[in-house]
Amino acid sequence: MTKPAAAVEFRSVTKRYGPVTAVNAVSFVIDPGTLVTLLGPSGCGKTTTLRLIAGLELASEGQILIGQRDVTKLSAADRDVSMVFQSYALFPHMTVAENVAYGPSVSGTPKAEAQAMAAEKLALVGLSGLEKRLPSELSGGQQQRVAVARALVLEPQVLLFDEPLSNLDAKLRRRVRDDIRELQQKLNLTVAYVTHDQEEALAVSDRIIVMSNAAIAQTGRPRDLYEAPNSVFVADFIGDANLLAAELLTRQGDLGRIRLGGLEITLPHRNVSTGAIRLAVRPESVLLDQRSPPGAIEGRITKAAYLGTHMEYTVASPVGDLFSIDHRTGAPYAVGTTVWITLAAHGAVVVPNA
Amino acid sequence: MTRSAALWLVLGGIGYAILPWYLVEGLSPLSAKWWASYPFGNAGSGLFLGWSGDRWWLGPTFLPLLVGAALLVRGGRRPEDGRWLTWIGAAGLVWMVIAGFAIDHRNWTIDLFAEWFGPEKQAGMGYGAFATALAFLMVLAHGLAARGFCRSDAFVVSAIALVLGLVLLFVFFPIAQILVSAVEDNNGHFAPGIFFVKFFDRSVWGLDCVYSNLRCGVAWNTLFLAVVVGVGTTVLGLAFALIALRTRFQAKGVLRALTILPIITPPFVIGLALILLFGRSGAVTGLLFEWFDVPRTRWIYGFTGVFIAQMLAFTPIAFLVLIGVVQGISPSLEEASQTLRASRWTTFRTVSLPLMRPGLANAFLLGFVESMADFGNPLVLGGNYEVLSTKIFFAVVGAAHDQSRAAVLSIVLLTFTLGAFYAQYRWLGNRSYTTVTGKGDSGLPVPMPKRMAWLCYGTAIPWAMFTAVIYVVILVGGFVKTMGRDYTPTLQHYITGFGIEQTSRGLYFAGSAWDSLWTTIKVAAVAAPLTAIVGLLTAYLLARQRFVGKRSFEFITMLSFAIPGTVVGVSYILAFNVPPIEITGTGLILVICFIFRNMPVGVRAGIATMSQIDRSLDEASLTLGARSFTTVRRVILPLLRPAVVASLVYAFVRAMTAVSAIIFLVSAQYNMATAYIVGRVEAGEFGLAIAYSSVLIVVMLLAILVIQLLVGERRLGRRTAAAPVLQAAGG
Ligand SMILES: Nc1ncnc2c1ncn2[C@@H]1O[C@H](COP(=O)(O)OP(=O)(O)OP(=O)(O)O)[C@@H](O)[C@H]1O
Ligand SMILES: [Mg+2]
Repeated sequence: MTKPAAAVEFRSVTKRYGPVTAVNAVSFVIDPGTLVTLLGPSGCGKTTTLRLIAGLELASEGQILIGQRDVTKLSAADRDVSMVFQSYALFPHMTVAENVAYGPSVSGTPKAEAQAMAAEKLALVGLSGLEKRLPSELSGGQQQRVAVARALVLEPQVLLFDEPLSNLDAKLRRRVRDDIRELQQKLNLTVAYVTHDQEEALAVSDRIIVMSNAAIAQTGRPRDLYEAPNSVFVADFIGDANLLAAELLTRQGDLGRIRLGGLEITLPHRNVSTGAIRLAVRPESVLLDQRSPPGAIEGRITKAAYLGTHMEYTVASPVGDLFSIDHRTGAPYAVGTTVWITLAAHGAVVVPNA
Repeated sequence: MTRSAALWLVLGGIGYAILPWYLVEGLSPLSAKWWASYPFGNAGSGLFLGWSGDRWWLGPTFLPLLVGAALLVRGGRRPEDGRWLTWIGAAGLVWMVIAGFAIDHRNWTIDLFAEWFGPEKQAGMGYGAFATALAFLMVLAHGLAARGFCRSDAFVVSAIALVLGLVLLFVFFPIAQILVSAVEDNNGHFAPGIFFVKFFDRSVWGLDCVYSNLRCGVAWNTLFLAVVVGVGTTVLGLAFALIALRTRFQAKGVLRALTILPIITPPFVIGLALILLFGRSGAVTGLLFEWFDVPRTRWIYGFTGVFIAQMLAFTPIAFLVLIGVVQGISPSLEEASQTLRASRWTTFRTVSLPLMRPGLANAFLLGFVESMADFGNPLVLGGNYEVLSTKIFFAVVGAAHDQSRAAVLSIVLLTFTLGAFYAQYRWLGNRSYTTVTGKGDSGLPVPMPKRMAWLCYGTAIPWAMFTAVIYVVILVGGFVKTMGRDYTPTLQHYITGFGIEQTSRGLYFAGSAWDSLWTTIKVAAVAAPLTAIVGLLTAYLLARQRFVGKRSFEFITMLSFAIPGTVVGVSYILAFNVPPIEITGTGLILVICFIFRNMPVGVRAGIATMSQIDRSLDEASLTLGARSFTTVRRVILPLLRPAVVASLVYAFVRAMTAVSAIIFLVSAQYNMATAYIVGRVEAGEFGLAIAYSSVLIVVMLLAILVIQLLVGERRLGRRTAAAPVLQAAGG
């Protein structure tokens, strides 16, 4: 890649469609050469954010910078950004080669050179030999790769993906997502990637931007989001979580003593003041035992499901219904069994802004 | 400033400083006389005329151009460019409009100014004025784009500005002229009293026919005819649609042909054929007289004749609308009704018919408007039954030559058609009838109840046979001496019209029809691509872009559909006979007239096709660095081929068959085939008229073939065999 990767910066960007605010005063920075995922429930403004980067929508307010340059008012054709669409958007009347060569050829590159560039990128995504086919003569996965090759051909500063895998089956999805990540790292691209599949986001991203209701709920590395969500929304959206009412008794340094039912545990208090708090507990941290360890909470299994690699239980307890994952599938608890609940050392976290 | 904005500024400069500002009649730049009047005389440029004091009102136009020049010299791109460009374009345009309309070929248009400034006059806009105005409009568009309009897309803003400007100029401005001249007397003085006198005249609104045997007012005549024809065509169209879709009727191909043929038939030809069959000396009349002693009468002239002709001409339109509607009724709804123990008849009455109601209303309104707008049939068959369109015609070309009366009648007619159009737009436009989805609806359409089926056959089959007879007459009529009297085969009519003689200096097109045929083909060939471009461009804006006022924009562009041809003709004479735009008597006015009359079909066809093309294709192209214009050319247009064909064919065919508007606009130099044929009919030369009509039909069939060959198929690959098929754009 000849051009250095560029950063993308949003400064308090707002996008309104009439009365609807699709993106509300959003600010973030995507560092050069990183893959950042926009994650959030349907309608939260992910696609709109992506289209704002591409220039397919112009911001109602705020500033957008790509590689230090203010592009707020530039149209899509003037920005050095490419996009892979959910529907792939391959031109149905052009062959694979013509599709990939489209970018260079409309910007005036001689035909032979444009074709060479196209061939190179097609080789990169492993599609050499299919140049003469029409998009309608390719499989879904192949079409997806043509779309990637077409987006790469101009060696853009920033590459955007809008739910690129949603048309693929589960197996293929995993493979293509790894391919995209590999390509991004090999070519040192700045990538913004929209998905609403949180597992996909955790797997491929350097950083994740979680959106909710047209605003950013939290940004951070995948591990940060999972282990230290700073709101109930994020805790619930990234992975599964049991959200429990608890009480912060005392604060000492970074740590606090917390009472959950009969249990007392020590966790970082994350600047929450003492009193009633919310605790997020990951299901794999809810440990079940038939003997009673000291201070354990008593519960009763109300649902049990066998999922091959693990068991999923719902346990009724004084602190509320708990969702638990247990990897010991050998001798599962039957519904109605009384169990004792403790929490693992990791996987419980105080949620601020509850 | 972008390169294209700079180019438009330069064009504006050239238009103002170098090109001849005014229209120079009868002079060409090759003649010495032209050079004698350049740059200071009649052929002078705006700059020289304006600053020599000769036409001082052209002077101020220089100011915005100077500002533009300063921007050009300074160069570079700055954020404030947008504001300057907007100012330049707006100021230039506003001043040009003021200066253009303040003075006409006689004097100031406002008497007070003549007293203040002394008498002045000017000719119509020429190349220079036109180029400058266009440049200002485009500079304005680029300025707005630079300020973030339409996602900063200069092409889109320019396209909107262009379409809007053209429609305002060639649809709205002429109509406004009608309104103005309705409140003026024939010398151009303001006289609102006359409007009321003429508007409420007994000949317009009189109801004498109700209580005496005098004639009713022309407005009632027109309205009555239109309602009856609207109902009639809807019923017949429905019968045909039901037969085509809900019975096992064998000869469906024949049905299709019978629906295509009238589209390529000049409307009055049907009237003509009716005369040849049922006129005083018509074929059928003759037979009846000989065999049964039925006296020869003129019964076909009048309401009956016009009604029959319009039924024949417009039923296909109702059929095309209703076949879509009947198709759209999901069979599973009817099946659901039947599983609830409803009989076939009850199902039809309580489920199918109510679902069709919006479609039926739509078909009725179309028939209504077409009947109101029809000019050819009432002209040849009307006799004493006068309708508005013919009355308007005679007010303009007749002995009375009463322009303000024509204007008042036009307003009456326009009120009717716009009312119908508005009703359709407001009431039906938003209501989507159940449409055919891509999902296979596995239900089977319920066959019609027996009673309905017989009713349909009973009305439709005689009608179809009648249509067939009409076309036999059109085909045969040109090859016999006199239909009804003398059936000796002859080529005489064709030789009179289309004779070619071998002379010493090569071939000589001696036939009397050649001139008008060539003109017609030329005008149609020029108008068709332009119509398609304007129509599809508008469709692109409506289907693909978001901008403020889009709904009004859509309404405005579809409006010309509802303006009857006669009204268009009158309004064009009123608007374009005097400066600043003086183009009557030219071929240009014919072309322009066709573009704006036929563009709505291109718009509809374009929108229909474009809404089936995934929008992300455009966006993918944009993010790959292609500008909107390139995107349109390389991505959208190739996928739009079916719509291109539809709008080209329609534009060409309508340009060849139209009669109502152009009959006002033809001149000795630019005569059109239809106007020529109407003239022959009036002179009683039916043989030649019918021969010429057959030739027109053949020419149109050939043209359709050529267009299809030129535009070609779109290539989408084998998996998309079921690519969206364009609905017949017949409406
Ligand atoms: N053209 C538009 N006009 C009006 N509202 C719009 C438009 N486009 C998007 N919106 C609204 O903006 C909000 C955000 O839309 P957006 O497409 O960004 O959601 P998203 O996060 O991509 O959702 P999904 O995961 O379902 O794709 C939604 O409420 C949507 O209804
Ligand atoms: Mg989306």
